[in-house]
Amino acid sequence: MTVDQTFHTRARESLANPQIRANFRNAMDGLMNKRTAAFQGWELEELRTLGAAVRQQALSRLPDLLEQLEASCERNGIRVHWATDGDEACRVITELCQQHQARHVIKGKSMVSEEMELNHHLEEAGIEALESDLGEYIVQLAEETPSHIIMPAIHKNTGEISDLMHAKTGTEPRRDVPYLTNAARQQLREKFMQADVGISGVNFAVADTGTLCLVENEGNGRLTTTVPPVHIAVTGIEKVVGSLEDVAPLLALLTRSATGQHITTYFNMISGPRPEGHLDGPREVHLVLVDNGRSEIWQDDELLETLRCIRCGACMNHCPVYTRVGGHAYGTTYPGPIGKILMPHLQGLEKTQDLPSASSLCGACGEVCPVKIPIPQLLVRLRREAVDGDRLHPSVVRGHGVKRRRLEALIWRLWAWGHSRPALYRMGLSVANRLRFLQPRKLGAWTRHRTAPVLAGKSLHARMARRNGGDA
Amino acid sequence: MAKLYPAKPEKVYFFGTCLIDMFYPEAGMAGIRLLEREGIEVIYPQGQTCCGQPAYTSGYHDQSRQVAEAQLDLFPGDWPIVVPSGSCGGMMREHYPSLFAGTAQAEQALAVSGRVWELTDFLLHVCHIKLQDLGEPIRVTLHTSCSARREMRVADAGPALLRQLDKVELVEPERATECCGFGGTFAVRHEQVSAAMVSDKVKALAATGARQFATTDCGCLMNINGHAEKEKQSLSGEHIASFLWHRTHAEPEKSQ
Repeated sequence: MTVDQTFHTRARESLANPQIRANFRNAMDGLMNKRTAAFQGWELEELRTLGAAVRQQALSRLPDLLEQLEASCERNGIRVHWATDGDEACRVITELCQQHQARHVIKGKSMVSEEMELNHHLEEAGIEALESDLGEYIVQLAEETPSHIIMPAIHKNTGEISDLMHAKTGTEPRRDVPYLTNAARQQLREKFMQADVGISGVNFAVADTGTLCLVENEGNGRLTTTVPPVHIAVTGIEKVVGSLEDVAPLLALLTRSATGQHITTYFNMISGPRPEGHLDGPREVHLVLVDNGRSEIWQDDELLETLRCIRCGACMNHCPVYTRVGGHAYGTTYPGPIGKILMPHLQGLEKTQDLPSASSLCGACGEVCPVKIPIPQLLVRLRREAVDGDRLHPSVVRGHGVKRRRLEALIWRLWAWGHSRPALYRMGLSVANRLRFLQPRKLGAWTRHRTAPVLAGKSLHARMARRNGGDA
Repeated sequence: MAKLYPAKPEKVYFFGTCLIDMFYPEAGMAGIRLLEREGIEVIYPQGQTCCGQPAYTSGYHDQSRQVAEAQLDLFPGDWPIVVPSGSCGGMMREHYPSLFAGTAQAEQALAVSGRVWELTDFLLHVCHIKLQDLGEPIRVTLHTSCSARREMRVADAGPALLRQLDKVELVEPERATECCGFGGTFAVRHEQVSAAMVSDKVKALAATGARQFATTDCGCLMNINGHAEKEKQSLSGEHIASFLWHRTHAEPEKSQ
């Protein structure tokens, strides 16, 4: 079963589920309000322009910055590993764990690890990987996948989480957020102490200093990267920036766009393993740089803009489609608008063929994107790729042309033929106006939810022609 | 960046859009009459058909270009091109340049796109229209299309025009900036999602207590009105140009 075959089905299921509808609507309304409040008093347009420029400039120097990052990290004692795809990255990480005879791994939040299904790989190697971000922990308990890139368990309300924790961990079935949070904290604290390896993501990898920046709120990131003897950071290659100066505007944009916070509770800057004679910090730090299709996206000037993403999730929070169907309907690691423009590259258009069209192109995502990714424009680009719709611009995305249907292509050709011949168009319109009593009342999907629009008795063309003829 | 508006011109071209042509010609006529009342001569090129957007957003760019190309020669004079739609206006202003980039029409397309204005924006900021309300007191709400809001960036114009009418109470619906779910072929390709969106939009508009709404785009109008009618809601809308014309025009409208 492919993703595209199920998007419609899953979307329908979500739409019919009042609990899902309410959970997302309430959560997204709250997040939108928080974001608006957090940017009060900021020159948001200028900041977004700066953020976009910083990211775009970093991408334009990507190969050089990555080499510089590797050199700086190695200088700091961080061992750097390269992985062309998710499987290779999983293999590298699994081997590192095995070298240290690791049985227990504790994980901070990392979407790239979701992308490559790291937990699954580790389990197959007999290594227990426990998620320590509270949302991820809940999702893992429920044996689900994240439904949002920042708030993985946002599809669940307190009652559902209480029931889940009661069933899986024996907590009291109380709908009491502080109690549940505290219970999870107790359970996780034990695991941090036992863990042989900590695995985290990276928000910004700074090339000139070899610093790995990690943004988080729960302290689980700090614990994951400092308590276990080995820390493995894993990130997509696009997360590199030139210098610490570049981080400032991106951080200001990230926290406000994501959760409406001026700053997160923790901002970790990891610059190497425990120095000689120090009492804490990991003895080894590794950085795994994952390509997984990114360098292909990078080769196209327009598609490259997708890689500017700093994973704030604001596009989801503001998306009227995401708000209604929720993250799981997409069936992809990254849901929502960014998922619709990123997943076709990671999985090919065959598996994601109905994602680019699942948008009214309302533009809310592009309007809030902190790094000004033109998401609607990229959706149109992918729609074009999906039908090989432009002879002037040959398609490049894997699986292009998958949505091209002979009949639909023929309809558009006929449409273009008629609409590029004004006399013919006017004649057709005039005939339709006269025969409007024959207009069908049922128009498939349209009239299942709406009445049909009624053809006018006389077109604007006809009215203006008559008027200009002098008898108005 | 602040937009630079031209001085009020003697003449304008009017690009009526295919939806108005087929289903809502009275909205097109209202737009033309509002412009004419401001002392502007309106040129309606009879060669116009469609801006090409339906094929463009469906990915069929060859066909979109073919139709768009047929529009480029319709505006030979250096007059503004006024479009009673944020969506079609957005297509012409924002997407023609890239659609024709690298073709023989690139320069022409760029020149055309630079002259495109959305009707309400043009009435307010170029014509500096002053409306005199002749209608009965009424409560109305407004749905500004996403393309008018985010592509043409003219969301201020609709409310400003309606507020000039002293007997019109303009009420803002909850989540005013949210899409109505039309999105062209999206409405049929993803019918369930679109239906959920328009259902919420109709509820939000109706919850304002207004029985009437105005909108800047006939796509939204067709969608919202169609759903309200299907659901037998006592809510009906019209294009903002029709609404403004009816409120400010003394004579009963002639058939022309």
